[in-house]
Amino acid sequence: MSSIYAKDPTGPLENRWEKHLFNLSLIAPQNRKKHKVIVIGTGLAGASLCATLGEAGYQVSSFCFQDSPRRAHSIAAQGGINSTKNYQNDGDSVWRLFYDTIKGGDFRARESNVYRLAQLSSNIIDQAVAQGVPFAREYSGYLANRSFGGTQVSRTFYARGQTGQQLLLGAYQAHSRQLENDNVTHQSRSEMLELIMVDDQARGVVVRDLVSGEVSAHTADCVVLCTGGYSNVFYLSTNAKGCNTSATWRAYKQGAYFANPSFTQIHPTCIPPTGENQSKLTLMSESLRNDGRIWAPKNSADCTKNPADIKEEDRDYFLERMYPAFANLAPRDVASRAAKVICDKGLGVGSKIQGKRLGVYLDFSAIIEKLGLDAVAEKYGNLFDMYSSITGENPYQTPMKIYPAPHYTMGGLWVDYNLMTTVEGLFAGGEANFSDHGANRLGASALMQGLADGYFILPKTVANYLAKNTLTEVDNDHPQVVQSLKAVKDRIQKFMKAPQPKHSPEYFHQKLGGILWEACGMSREADRLKQAIVDIAELETQFWQNIKVTGVDNDLNQTLERAGRVVDFIELGKLMCQDALMREESCGAHARVEYLTEGGEAKRDDNEFSFVGAWEFMSEQPKLHKEQLNYEFIEPTVRNYK
Amino acid sequence: MNFTLHIWRQKNINIAGDFVTYKIDDIDEDTSFLEMLDQLNEQLIANDEDCIVFDYDCREGICGACSLVINGYPHGDKKATTTCQLYMRDYKHQTELWVEPFRANSFPVIKDLTVDRSSFDSIIQSGGYISVHTGAAPDANAVLVDKPSADEAFNSATCIGCGACVAVCPNASATLYVAAKITHLSLLPQGKIEEKARAQKMLNQMQSEGFGSCSNHRHCERVCPKGISVSNISKMNQVLAWS
Repeated sequence: MSSIYAKDPTGPLENRWEKHLFNLSLIAPQNRKKHKVIVIGTGLAGASLCATLGEAGYQVSSFCFQDSPRRAHSIAAQGGINSTKNYQNDGDSVWRLFYDTIKGGDFRARESNVYRLAQLSSNIIDQAVAQGVPFAREYSGYLANRSFGGTQVSRTFYARGQTGQQLLLGAYQAHSRQLENDNVTHQSRSEMLELIMVDDQARGVVVRDLVSGEVSAHTADCVVLCTGGYSNVFYLSTNAKGCNTSATWRAYKQGAYFANPSFTQIHPTCIPPTGENQSKLTLMSESLRNDGRIWAPKNSADCTKNPADIKEEDRDYFLERMYPAFANLAPRDVASRAAKVICDKGLGVGSKIQGKRLGVYLDFSAIIEKLGLDAVAEKYGNLFDMYSSITGENPYQTPMKIYPAPHYTMGGLWVDYNLMTTVEGLFAGGEANFSDHGANRLGASALMQGLADGYFILPKTVANYLAKNTLTEVDNDHPQVVQSLKAVKDRIQKFMKAPQPKHSPEYFHQKLGGILWEACGMSREADRLKQAIVDIAELETQFWQNIKVTGVDNDLNQTLERAGRVVDFIELGKLMCQDALMREESCGAHARVEYLTEGGEAKRDDNEFSFVGAWEFMSEQPKLHKEQLNYEFIEPTVRNYK
Repeated sequence: MNFTLHIWRQKNINIAGDFVTYKIDDIDEDTSFLEMLDQLNEQLIANDEDCIVFDYDCREGICGACSLVINGYPHGDKKATTTCQLYMRDYKHQTELWVEPFRANSFPVIKDLTVDRSSFDSIIQSGGYISVHTGAAPDANAVLVDKPSADEAFNSATCIGCGACVAVCPNASATLYVAAKITHLSLLPQGKIEEKARAQKMLNQMQSEGFGSCSNHRHCERVCPKGISVSNISKMNQVLAWS
């Protein structure tokens, strides 16, 4: 095991980013167009980065696998975005957002980064409003705020239940504006399949045109991955179907360390699965927990009753009972585990799948009585409509049923304070990197991080990298480029021509999801993790033996796309289990049953595990590196929401 | 539930396509329409056949990727719904389904049920934004927006860019799509300054992409999964008229 360092500035926390900005090198405007940057992914982080770098005058090439950059999965974020504006005068400050984020992440995030994020949160709202993002407003014309899971101040800005959509469209429009300018180019329906390394520096990517199947190399001075998270490793998650780990996984295999892969967030308020053929799960915004009360029947005999027939005294408002201070607003990991405990005890409601009812009620009757139907519809109308179109039930009349589902991944490529990975010239932004959220992300902070990375941090640190390095041009006939292209083409042929083609990519993906959900989901335990590692290795062998892709490779072939993504997920799944096994403590979303209190609370071990676990790819066994986390400003405490 | 599906198969834009009939049985009524197609594709893989290609991503009605014309209606005949939010229980009484791509010259078929909607991106690139620099915006509360305007701007901004309005329009016009963006930005003080130039550039781009003009059929409003109203078109015409 070796140590790695974030290279973050020292001195007073509030001056670090400013001091660092001054020390970063700049490139004069007339020289910027000589530098080329490749950006993969056009969600909040990618689109905002392209817009900012393009405006500054750099040559930017962006790629996304969707048919338009506007469809990146940031679009589905519902609840809101945090900012320290303190417009509500309820005691918010940069320090408080910083503190809440560090504590929410169960003291497994880097102080310097999180403080910077809190500082930048204010600029993001200014930028978005200037772009025309239609945030909710009060009758006075001022911006409205609400409180959001895990906090005691109202610092969340929102656009009904579609905040991610509106912020992404703002960034997409800013990106589109630069596409009119010759410096920026974009290719949709293009998937990155390899990172091109020249002299130990990231110098380009191999991309497959998903329409023609053509594989091509693109070189540049540096590469930025803004490719999102990997919740789909569980098969069923709230992520869009196309979300995948392939770009980050290719980077890992080229030397970028993968940090905290087992830190995956299970979101408490999702619509429970109803059958075995379900393809994805739908999140209901956490904002619903502001006004909805969560309960389950006290007696298992009531689980199949109509909820209206269950008497008040027979209802267990378990979050209010277990966590009186935060009650229904307890952080995501805490609320999810509580729901799981209830359902494991046989007190769940809804459809029975494999012997269990996986659902608890989220009830709005009290707030409807208090505020009236119209006020509730104004606040949550689109979410209620979404729920009723999916389930066929009317949440104005009968409580919603919810259950936790994989939603966000705190883990990702390890990055330093400049958001550069351990590969020179390879940066990672947004959910693709591991930074800022520690072992658990608080609500309304993913949008904030993606935009802080894209609008404000990466444009400065990427420019610094370009200024400090003399990079000679890499031709398309460079041996490394030729070799990377060949590797991609060979791999495609392996998918097309397995020795005994038998099962579709979905088959393997579902198998993997089943293994991971049981062993590396909401609760983890050494023996199950060890068994899962064996099972996943077996699944991987079976994949290469039996993967069946019909059609041809030089064509639009979604089965082929899936095969490539699934096998990367299989490899990642194994690393997640190894990481979870290594971390012999519970922290945030990582709950090892051996390290929980009797009441089910996480038992953190700061003496042994106050570090970021960053894994280096090795052909036999991955190698662990540690970034020690030093808390200079906040003393880690027991995270108590009672 | 059992269904007979007539699905448009087309190798690419240069080869004529046709309907191919498939049978699918034992579909649970809580299965979504796209999950039903997933299951059909699993059958095709088992039979060594090339899968039916269709666009999808979020499967929760917000990304705008899914399309399909089902029994003559873009996104099916259920109101204010994307295809991914249709469930087979909605098709209890229509067990024979005709599934086609969105059809418009400006949305050429790529393969099977997938079309190229990049003309929509080009329209935004031509001017569908506010020209603000990154990094130096004034305090967010420095510009006040009255709530009714903010709410109305939001309603227009909920367009997901799916293209159903074009697919249903006899003129294959993208006027509702263009008008929604123009209205969203014009209703806000930040977007007011550039409004006229923006509207002209976007409409010109719409024409050069080959979309037709609006002749007030109003089918677009009927099929829009986000319920965007044709009043956006009136608002756009106002913006264009005031010079």
